[in-house]
Amino acid sequence: MKPRVGATLASTTDQTTVIVVRWGAEDLDVTCGGAPMVDARGPEAGTSHPADPAQQAGTVMGKRYASEEHGVELLCTKPGSGTLAIGGVPVPLKDAKPLPASD
Amino acid sequence: MNITVLLDMAADGFGDRVVVGTREAGLTAQALRARASAGAALVEAEGADAILHLAVNTPAFPVALFAAGLAGVPLVPVNYRLGAEQLDHLVGNHPRALVVADERQRAAIERAGLTARTPEEFLQQTRTPAPHAVEPREVDPDSAAVVIYTSGTTSAPKGVVLTHANLVSYVLGTVEYGAAAEDDAALMSVPPYHIAAVSNALTNLYAGRRVIVLEAFTPQDWVETVRDQGVTNAMVVPTMLARIMDEPGLDRSVPSLRSLAYGGAAMPRRVVEQALREWPAVDFVNAYGLTETSSTITVLGPEDHRAGGERLSSAGRAVPGVEIQVRADDDTPLPAGTSGHVWVRGEQVSTAYAGGGSGSSLDADGWFHTRDRGRLDAEGYLFLEGRVDDTIIRGAENIAPAEIEDVLQRHPDVADAVVVGVPDEEWGQRIEAVVVPRRGVDLDAEALEALRATVRGSLRGAKTPDRIVAWAELPRTPTGKLVRRDVVAGLAR
Repeated sequence: MKPRVGATLASTTDQTTVIVVRWGAEDLDVTCGGAPMVDARGPEAGTSHPADPAQQAGTVMGKRYASEEHGVELLCTKPGSGTLAIGGVPVPLKDAKPLPASD
Repeated sequence: MNITVLLDMAADGFGDRVVVGTREAGLTAQALRARASAGAALVEAEGADAILHLAVNTPAFPVALFAAGLAGVPLVPVNYRLGAEQLDHLVGNHPRALVVADERQRAAIERAGLTARTPEEFLQQTRTPAPHAVEPREVDPDSAAVVIYTSGTTSAPKGVVLTHANLVSYVLGTVEYGAAAEDDAALMSVPPYHIAAVSNALTNLYAGRRVIVLEAFTPQDWVETVRDQGVTNAMVVPTMLARIMDEPGLDRSVPSLRSLAYGGAAMPRRVVEQALREWPAVDFVNAYGLTETSSTITVLGPEDHRAGGERLSSAGRAVPGVEIQVRADDDTPLPAGTSGHVWVRGEQVSTAYAGGGSGSSLDADGWFHTRDRGRLDAEGYLFLEGRVDDTIIRGAENIAPAEIEDVLQRHPDVADAVVVGVPDEEWGQRIEAVVVPRRGVDLDAEALEALRATVRGSLRGAKTPDRIVAWAELPRTPTGKLVRRDVVAGLAR
């Protein structure tokens, strides 16, 4: 898939949803719990697949997951139990340096 | 993506937490979402193409902000202190707006052929859920979430278009979701037509921090609200901090306060040093930004404040996702240590002005000219030197007033100071200064002459004001910005 920035993707193995913050030029499949995520407003929304027990690292609400290699960044808007991955490789948490509140 | 994503995440993640208003009577994140939805239904029912907010800061403001987001129309916060002519002009730009306005603005709204709701009426109408749920709109991330008119201290006010993408990028880049503790509370003192009020409403909600607003600032009300409401974080403009520090007999104890952010105008070094001594346990944060940059682009953090020294005069370093460049008059980039024009690039930077046609406000490489002068040091700390338009050209020499003002403001007898260029037949412009004496100090002609000698001792002859006069106060906007053209006019009288 090649979703636009701002699109919501839903997991088909758990409750996870993410918002696309950045997406490179590639056509890619993001998986959660081992199964492809789908457009939360598309025809496949609501479908479910069995989860891969090896892909259960969990997603954390409000965290950003970024793959520098693919230029993809996802913001978790609903947490779940699956692992976010691209091509089977987990998408790492983006480490954000905490910034003091400025406003 | 829509700014309402931030509200949804707050309502889903910590929906029972009070996020707006007092702990006893405030709105939870879920209540804020419900009211925003009801507000969006009003917008749809009236076919409005914007929400115009012409009122002091109340809980109606965040409700209006997110109602507009849900309905896919911009929120337009307007300065309620504008004169009738400017107000009519700005209101006239939004003939199909749903209007939330204070009672005393009703005449201005009716002159424009619109009807107004007071903030209380708007809150009352959004109390009951919308008759039918408003379908969350898919908005274009590049459509306007907010239109803010600049203060117009140097030119006519311009409507800055901040898109959903600009604002969300700012929030994601600078705030950790849900990072605030359950009992954290932020006190907002700037009026709602200021960019800091918009960004504050978004960032504190996303962090899960309750926001309390001060409708009208006085030093007494500010310290009392901090104490009564257990305020942990606060944001002020420099004139407010100066007034808190200078108020005689004021009990300045603020035991709950952990962090104080300031910005919006240049902070006199004397004031921040005094505040650091007064509140040694508080983390100070200096934030620099413009309306056009969705608020903060550089931050000087607590450690830098405690270290003191020259960096106290710095605006700090760029926040994540923002790049800063200093350029010469001919746009060539300048190395560290050299003064020039400050340019900024990043997703949070606005690309357009309302009614500005299709032209971008960025250059071909996406850089925005802040019209501020400044320099970067070797480690990327930005030192601001005033507005480009305020530069005095004396003979063929460019002189930044900020450097001279800094020297004047450090003098123990001086509370405030401004330096301007005044038309001069021989030099084109000559340098004149106005100082406000500290409380209880009388600056007579002799003292003013001594002050000139101090400046000459610190800088040099060409940067010494040809004349220094003392006034009781300087013409400033309510958000602390100096109105230099009024200083020049006053000096000519």
